[in-house]
Amino acid sequence: MWQIFHKLGSPKWFFGIASKLMPWLLWVGLSLLAAGIVWGLGFAPKDYLQGNSYRIIFIHVPAALLAQSVYMMMAVAGLVTLVWRMKLADVFVRAVAPVGAILTFLALFTGAVWGKPTWGTWWIWDARLTSMLILLFLYFGVMALGAAISDEKSSARAVAVLVLVGVVNIPIIKYSVEWWNTLHQPATFKLTEKPSMPAEMWVPLLLSVLGLYLIFGWLACLRMQTEILVREGRTRWVKELVQARGN
Amino acid sequence: MTTEFTVGLRAPEASVGTATAMKAVFVRDLKTAFRQPQDLLNPLLFFVMVVTLFPLGVSPEVSFLQQAGSGILWVAALLSVLLSLDHLYRHDFDDGTLEQLVLQPQPLFLLVLAKSLAHWVLTGLPLVLLAPVLGVMVHLEGNSVAVLCLTLLIGTPVLSLIGSIGAALTLGLRSAGVLLSLLIIPLYIPVLIFGTGTVMAASEGASVEGQLALMGAFLVLALTLAPFASAAALRISLSNS
Amino acid sequence: MAFDSFGAFMIMEGHGPYVWTCYFVFFLLMGTVSLWSLRQRRAVIAQHRRAESPRVREKSPAGASFTRIEPSQD
Repeated sequence: MWQIFHKLGSPKWFFGIASKLMPWLLWVGLSLLAAGIVWGLGFAPKDYLQGNSYRIIFIHVPAALLAQSVYMMMAVAGLVTLVWRMKLADVFVRAVAPVGAILTFLALFTGAVWGKPTWGTWWIWDARLTSMLILLFLYFGVMALGAAISDEKSSARAVAVLVLVGVVNIPIIKYSVEWWNTLHQPATFKLTEKPSMPAEMWVPLLLSVLGLYLIFGWLACLRMQTEILVREGRTRWVKELVQARGN
Repeated sequence: MTTEFTVGLRAPEASVGTATAMKAVFVRDLKTAFRQPQDLLNPLLFFVMVVTLFPLGVSPEVSFLQQAGSGILWVAALLSVLLSLDHLYRHDFDDGTLEQLVLQPQPLFLLVLAKSLAHWVLTGLPLVLLAPVLGVMVHLEGNSVAVLCLTLLIGTPVLSLIGSIGAALTLGLRSAGVLLSLLIIPLYIPVLIFGTGTVMAASEGASVEGQLALMGAFLVLALTLAPFASAAALRISLSNS
Repeated sequence: MAFDSFGAFMIMEGHGPYVWTCYFVFFLLMGTVSLWSLRQRRAVIAQHRRAESPRVREKSPAGASFTRIEPSQD
């Protein structure tokens, strides 16, 4: 058990596994995403209330879901960094934070554009959009702190503490934003809340969510590999690997 | 064997009780702060000035100020607490007191708690005391002013406690001030929402016990969790320098 | 097919511009991040190789004949 755990923490081992996994993650992810989007854009029936603008859901929801789960994954990695001092966990946090920020931005952007035909305005201080905006701030905070501390080890641990503090706050923020929203604008029409979605809508949605998760896995592996190469540049295995690679 | 040994070693040091140590840290922070009274006054002046900006910059109409007053006061209080956070550990960090504090046998999170409470007494409490005057200036009505003070009384300790985490994380960094705000403002949002929301509910004549209880829950949560995070962050920042 | 023609698919009863903007920005950003990450990795590898190549040439090929397992986790 501990041996496996130790192996998991070894950048060299991870590098090899990631290289093997990455093509699968990328191609399966891309095909799922493509299938979900083509189905959703061209074949899924029109929504009776929102018309065709609802077709944004097939990227809005995957981006929003993934943006939130990336923060949760970062929190788990942060815990691992603090408790077991595993280097790979910090590599993950570093590699993934900008991706999470971009996904959050995409969720916000697609939400805003979707809002225009639905609400008649680009931005509404809707509970979900507002909590996504705050999530974006949290991502920026993590990136800024990571960049500000030059020492690798203390930077890793400081970022881990910040991510954990943020994750404790996320439910509180969500709850308070929802409360604030009901205070200011009672029961507006929510973008993605449906009493019952027919299978022709949720199946492509599920496909694109799965696809984007897999593509995120690929991107995370790729960026972690880069980070490992930078950090472990002086070790023997990296030197050998660099030489062995043709181009 | 080893445990007995360490216990034996620790016993004389630990003879200063944790409560005594906390009190000593608390009193020391107050004393050193009063040596430079200007530093204590600055956040208050800032608070007053920010509140002044709104009638000048937006509108001096009574109806607007009545509606926005609680929000203005809360945002101003939040910003002035934020500005004062840099002082929380800075002096102790510069003169090495902080390293001594970390090496004490008493649990660090309790000492950090004492420091955060001292910070609140020095910045949060004066804000609460000043708030009624400014509340009258933005035309809040009788009951709202009282509720506003109550929310500030419960809310500002939360600001100090959460802020201490950020101050500890950014300790010793260049451009710590802006970074600190970036890290901490998102975490302040729930307190701000409930602080202003409670006052607005009170001005509409609704009952506010539920909201106040929730803010109390925030305070309890911050009291129990923030000192741990802040102590961990302090250890990291000190090992860095 | 939910649409009668390709034209109808593009216009989406007036909602086309919104839908297509979203998809365009989504793929633009995700594509940029992916390409940028790929280029970053390639750049790091190239940099390591440039830093290493003179010394490796000096060494005899025997350097690669034995394998030593190095624990990279400290």
